[in-house]
Amino acid sequence: MTSTLTRRLGLLLGGGIALGLNATAGAEELRIGYVAPTTGIFAQVGKDMVDGFQMYLDEVKNDFGGAQVKFIVEDEQAKPDTAVTKAKKLILQDKVHMLVGGLLASSGYALAPVSTAEKVLYVVPVSAADDLTQRDLAKYPYLIRTGWSSSQPSHPFGQWACEQGYKKIAAIGADYAFGYEVVGGFQRAFEACGGQIVQKIWPPLGTKDFGPYIPTIRADADAIFSLMVGPMSLQFPKQLAASGNKKPVIGGGTSYDEFVLPSMGDEVIGHVSTLQYSAALQNPKNEAFVKAYRAKYGKVPSYYSETNYTSAQMIHQVMKQNNGKFPGAEAFIKQLAAAKYDTLRGPVTIDEMRNPVQNIYIKKVEKKKMFGYDKDELWNTVIKTYPNVNQFGQFKKEEFLATPVYNRDYPPCKFCN
Amino acid sequence: MITSMSSHPFKILLVVVALAAIAVITPGTNSFVILLVTRALAFSILVMSVDILLGYTGLASLGQAAYLAVGAYATAILATRYHIGLGWDFWLVLLFGAALGAALAAIFGFLAIRATGVYFLMITLALGQCVWGLAYRWNSLTGGDNGINLRDRPKFGIDLANEVTFFYVVFGVFVVSLLAMYTLVRSPFGRSLAGIRERELRMKILGYNTWLHKYIAFIIAGAFGGLSGVLWAHTAGIVSPVNVELPTSVDALLMVVLGGSGTLVGGVIGSFIVFGLREYLSTLVPWWQYVLGVVYVATILYLPTGLMGIPERLRQWRARTGNRGEARKLASATP
Repeated sequence: MTSTLTRRLGLLLGGGIALGLNATAGAEELRIGYVAPTTGIFAQVGKDMVDGFQMYLDEVKNDFGGAQVKFIVEDEQAKPDTAVTKAKKLILQDKVHMLVGGLLASSGYALAPVSTAEKVLYVVPVSAADDLTQRDLAKYPYLIRTGWSSSQPSHPFGQWACEQGYKKIAAIGADYAFGYEVVGGFQRAFEACGGQIVQKIWPPLGTKDFGPYIPTIRADADAIFSLMVGPMSLQFPKQLAASGNKKPVIGGGTSYDEFVLPSMGDEVIGHVSTLQYSAALQNPKNEAFVKAYRAKYGKVPSYYSETNYTSAQMIHQVMKQNNGKFPGAEAFIKQLAAAKYDTLRGPVTIDEMRNPVQNIYIKKVEKKKMFGYDKDELWNTVIKTYPNVNQFGQFKKEEFLATPVYNRDYPPCKFCN
Repeated sequence: MITSMSSHPFKILLVVVALAAIAVITPGTNSFVILLVTRALAFSILVMSVDILLGYTGLASLGQAAYLAVGAYATAILATRYHIGLGWDFWLVLLFGAALGAALAAIFGFLAIRATGVYFLMITLALGQCVWGLAYRWNSLTGGDNGINLRDRPKFGIDLANEVTFFYVVFGVFVVSLLAMYTLVRSPFGRSLAGIRERELRMKILGYNTWLHKYIAFIIAGAFGGLSGVLWAHTAGIVSPVNVELPTSVDALLMVVLGGSGTLVGGVIGSFIVFGLREYLSTLVPWWQYVLGVVYVATILYLPTGLMGIPERLRQWRARTGNRGEARKLASATP
């Protein structure tokens, strides 16, 4: 009884599959699994990430060179083990062709081994942990980064700081890996051209009251370098200004990027930061992007949205090369790494360690009208561009990799009295 | 009381049938469901240990995730730095994790067991946060907020990288833990714990060293927490300070309350429900958090004894309506 039953079921199933295959012979489906925090304290960032990617999909009507894109978003809640669970669900249950996303460094480090174990392509648009494409690269053959590495913008920025004539700088950064890497990159570059980092202060991630830290900033420093994220970015400049600070303030990209800039006040005018994107970039692609994004989502796009938009564009370009057929993870990585991209943030290529090589912009906060908007608003005006910056900057790759990854004690603070 | 005693073999049969069902049905489902069930089982060991403290000893602890963390971090550090625990020595690491959890509980217990009620809650919370702080800041050992990645699962004749094989191993350890804890609560020691939960002063008068009883219960809970941590490290493949943050301890406590404290399996049911809602429902609908919230609130309001208390409440409700029916009949009978 059971054998005839199973045989009949098998025939039905086989027939069904055959019919199904015939029906979909026209359009291939490209399943993209996206992992971002859509709930929890990073929910707004996660939304920006998804919105950026979705906006590109809407512009091309989900058509990547002939393949229909199925975009599946899963919530990682900014917790590494949830990210792993959701990634496995996307790979095992939804059978996605590639994983994209991950916000925090810890999520990036959690998803990378999953991509290796399951042999699934993992595209990293946001997670900036240096070692993912440096010292740990060999462990993750299916990983490719389309965003940035934390210290990448800091290297040219250190040089810029020397050119401004700063000799001593006090650094204050959020006390976690991302903070160490941004500040560390700046310190290496600044001290290489003759500057001195005279102080390193590390308020814990999420600090809202900088009262214990601001008074300790050394009086003999020429400038202050800050690396703030999220609510810290809003509070620190306000409290610094309220304390009567007269020193110039410079900082990492997340201290002033468009995620927090609209909520800031005039206290940040004149502050300088660095990143591979600014919403104030004066090129036609970016102008169109900012206008469309603002019309659709009601806010100026931050780099979280831009990097996902650009990653979608890069994936599209590779799919076009393959006429809409997914060539398998290894071939896709090779093609993604070999191509040249003309993106919102400028020209982008990928280095041999699968990290982007791109323009790094030094930007200053100014209050003005841009892109035809009729109100004076805060914008990160680009004052200098360093082209073709890779993750090692002005340093040689071998020497760079021989030193440890930037952490709280590296580079050591030689000039901290 | 008498009714529950006589239905005891029935309850045991139910549990055995449920466990058998899990063991048989799960491998047939898709890999994602297997992964979820494995995670729920690994975490359930910690939840049951919380139940021993809450349901059987009357101590509500908000810091049990600390023991999961030491077990998990020990596994991760041994595996990545010293390459220990990836072969037959996996079983040694399992025991080592439990021993580490017990050792930490022994140290913390000195500080915590002197307190009761709200103060115990606060001290265990503070101690749990100490461990979180260490996990977060001791970068050289724990990798800080990046966490530690376990790249491979152990291989000893069988390859635990296979989800089904790993499920069976976790299931086996879970069943052994359940049996061990069941034996503990049914033993004279377990009975004394129940006595301490009910009336500690009376137990003291009877001559029991209640401090020692509570201390030992705390250490045992810590040991199972550490055991759970070893398995947890391998299910997720990453250990980070998130594993030891306050919400994780609160989760364990809530799962016990949801399922019913003082029942051991109640916590397991609670664990499956929460994991099912949080990690499975969340892939289907975006409003899963409302469902979870409603479940928690409804349980606290209407089922303070948890889901496992439903049969008892049904019985009481039926008995009450039965009595009312009797009373009405009598009232209508008399003129």
